[in-house]
Amino acid sequence: MHEWALADAVVATAVKIAQQQGLQQIGEINLRLGELQQIDREVFEFALRHVLPPDDPMLAGVQFIIEAEPAELRCLACGHAWLLAESFAALPADQREAIHLLPETVHIYVTCPACESPDFEIVAGRGVALISIGG
Amino acid sequence: MDPRLQIIDRRMAGVRRILAVTGGKGGIGKSSLAATAALWLARRGERVGLLDLDFCGPSTHVILGIRDARPVEDGGLVPAIAQGLRFMSIVHFIDDRPAPLRGQEISNALIELLAITRWGDLDWLVIDMPPGFSDPLLDAARLLGRAEYLVVTTPSVLTTETVRKALQLFRELRLPVLGVVENMHRGDEPPLAAQLAGFDVPLLGAIPFDDAYEAALGDVERLAHTTFMRAVGRIVDAITARRD
Repeated sequence: MHEWALADAVVATAVKIAQQQGLQQIGEINLRLGELQQIDREVFEFALRHVLPPDDPMLAGVQFIIEAEPAELRCLACGHAWLLAESFAALPADQREAIHLLPETVHIYVTCPACESPDFEIVAGRGVALISIGG
Repeated sequence: MDPRLQIIDRRMAGVRRILAVTGGKGGIGKSSLAATAALWLARRGERVGLLDLDFCGPSTHVILGIRDARPVEDGGLVPAIAQGLRFMSIVHFIDDRPAPLRGQEISNALIELLAITRWGDLDWLVIDMPPGFSDPLLDAARLLGRAEYLVVTTPSVLTTETVRKALQLFRELRLPVLGVVENMHRGDEPPLAAQLAGFDVPLLGAIPFDDAYEAALGDVERLAHTTFMRAVGRIVDAITARRD
């Protein structure tokens, strides 16, 4: 599961920010989990716990606060805005898997419900974002 | 903040050298050179990865006859092994469909692949860069600090005009250029050295136009016997002898 790769990236980024800010300890890491990437939240949370370096005092007791963000799309051809969930349910499993692995492939498998253009932007909810850390 | 940026160096930690094959124009043989250089190195016994970053026109899989190879999810994506190479391309996710991606999305897809692909230990990661010097080149410059660039040109003044701009940009970005390769050489063109006067880059050689190359596409055994691949091999051997 590449949730592990993303969890690894989150922890490495948080540690770097803490070092830049001179924090001795990270109390919480605030994350946004975009719907488009279809991250398995349970696996991701498990991975976050298990990629933590053991015996690292900086990360001892850290809490992960995860906010889910719906994926919003907006057509650049006609201006129509919609939520991914409206398009996603109809996709076969292999196409959902491709979007999970490489979210930009949504442009290959989803088109604007109003004009059928593949030229749309991902306004929100693409993937994993680290919002902030707290000491 | 995008956490993926932090992990890319670690993903590349086991890669000894990164060879990015680039050039300003499309259709000048970048993909052919990248694919056959990777194949040449692999057949020389090196551990080689090939990353096709041409999302709009991926073709290294066609050149090397790679079909049905899929990466495996395991703590990221482990590249498929095909023709003796670890291979990663957008075709794994889109098959033969077009990918209508705008600049920011190309950047995002590129970062995603760099962040989640587990190359393992490699002697060489060969990257087939897309034409031009917009987002993918700027992202490679930003994210792959160890990449060395091989610039492809052709005898046409239309190509060298663009390659001169590319070389100027490489200089401004302080990117290491291994040298320039002249592809599709027919023998009666003005010397490349005169066209690139003023740029302090090695001219690594000319690859003659090979009428047999097209028919060998997709068949690595036939490719290996083409004048094209043998010429690429000589250039690759010269590069590796110089730096190894």
